[in-house]
Amino acid sequence: MSLLTPEPGLLFWMSIAFGITLFILIKFALPPILKAVEKRKTYVDESILEAKKVKEELEHVKEIGESLLVETRKQQAEMIKEASKIQEQMLQDAREKAGLESEKIIGVARKQIQSEKEIALQSIREEVAKLSIDLTEKILKEELSTDKEQMKMIDRLLDEIEITSPQ
Amino acid sequence: MKKLHLTYKPIILLIVLLFSIGANAQVDGANNTQTEGDTAQVEETNDLTKEMPSQTESEPQKKFDVKEFILHHLADSYEWQLVSSEDWHVSIPLPVILRSKTSGWHLFLSSKITKGDHYKGFKISHEGKYQGKIVELGSDGSEIRPLDMSLTKNAASLLLSSLFLSLIFMGVSRSISRAPMEGKKGFVGLMEMFIMTVHDSIIKPSVGKNYKKYAPFLLTVFFFIFFNNLMGLLPIFPGGANVTGNIAVTLVLAMSTFLVINLTGSRGYYKEVFWPDVPVWLKAPLPIMPIIEIVGLFTKPFALMIRLFANIMGGHAIVLGLLSLVFITVNMGTAINSSMTIVSLLFTVFIFFLELLVAFIQAYVFTLLSSVFIGMAQHETHHE
Repeated sequence: MSLLTPEPGLLFWMSIAFGITLFILIKFALPPILKAVEKRKTYVDESILEAKKVKEELEHVKEIGESLLVETRKQQAEMIKEASKIQEQMLQDAREKAGLESEKIIGVARKQIQSEKEIALQSIREEVAKLSIDLTEKILKEELSTDKEQMKMIDRLLDEIEITSPQ
Repeated sequence: MKKLHLTYKPIILLIVLLFSIGANAQVDGANNTQTEGDTAQVEETNDLTKEMPSQTESEPQKKFDVKEFILHHLADSYEWQLVSSEDWHVSIPLPVILRSKTSGWHLFLSSKITKGDHYKGFKISHEGKYQGKIVELGSDGSEIRPLDMSLTKNAASLLLSSLFLSLIFMGVSRSISRAPMEGKKGFVGLMEMFIMTVHDSIIKPSVGKNYKKYAPFLLTVFFFIFFNNLMGLLPIFPGGANVTGNIAVTLVLAMSTFLVINLTGSRGYYKEVFWPDVPVWLKAPLPIMPIIEIVGLFTKPFALMIRLFANIMGGHAIVLGLLSLVFITVNMGTAINSSMTIVSLLFTVFIFFLELLVAFIQAYVFTLLSSVFIGMAQHETHHE
């Protein structure tokens, strides 16, 4: 059967066709494709590894940040506590100082007021004496303008003296 | 299990093929007895393209020979038929290259000889041992086969496919290496995916640790077979030749695998062949095991060759056989003929889809087994 016997001519042409194809594909076409895919694969692998590393690093950084934050918060709280303490202290001091000062000022003022008062009293006393003399003068002048009046006055004064004298 | 199943496939296909041919032959025989006088006409109509149309036109009840039809289309030819009918046919003449023992080298176009003419003492034989081949007429009228290096339809198809394949791969390769880090789209992306699938799922696991060295060869083998299988399924011009269903083609493919296996085999592999790890009496005085191993070296590529050839040829034969149902039933009346035409077309379409699958599977199996054989020839001995 001719189908089962290879023809030498076709064998020859097939060898040439297949040989050329093999040569072209093996020499020129396939290596760049395989190389490119290999390159891409290693690139992807490396990228994945790198991403993993970066992620780990990021986690580390995050941890550090968190611990830093906690510490800072603690410090802040401490600082605030201290500041408030200082503030209180200062307030206390200021209050004490202010008290002392005010007492001092009050003392001075009191003294001054006392002396002023004394001066004022003195002057009032003088004025009152003067006024009473003046008044007495005026009243006497007025009331003793007539003789009758003068007599009446003298009587009354005499009565008063009499009443008080036994004592 | 899968491999085993695939090895049985060609056998099943061949059985189906033989059965269909046998059945048709019986019908032919029955018809022949009814119309005895047709016999001469039958033989002429066998070579539809070679005979003059006037002879066939006069005979309205001409018979259709299925076996001849199928074998004619499976076989190689000296011209590339594009369209043909009884009255006319368009074909591309191909160069005929011959070396006669008496008159030396000859080179001429096949159009000088395909219409049944004699040219420079050569003609295409119609019958006998060299049917359909160019023979030289000896002085005593006997037919002598010269050394035939003609660029036949299959050879031309092979060269064309090789050209296409090289162009496709060069294009893909250039496109990929222009921007290797970019993911590819469209045809280049498809080809890259296809190549890498074959590379990663067939070659890499089967060959083993040395796979990088063999990957280009095995990829070429895969795509050469796959591309030619597909071209063979294409019914019009650049395809249509039964290339991978030709034993010479599969012989060269199997031979190349054989050479790669055995030229790059490891020391451990050759030790297993010539001095295998069996009791000494099996190899010392009478080298029974080495003989078996050496026979095994040749049966592996032989099985590759036959498997691919039989699968593809069987597929083509089934398509042709189903199509010829249309022509067989011409004489059985319009109703049967038209219904059989529909049935035949449905079956043919079904088989075509099956053949698309087979085109891939056979390329896959050839590459897979080649990879496994190469991998086996790479292994080190078990003890060292």
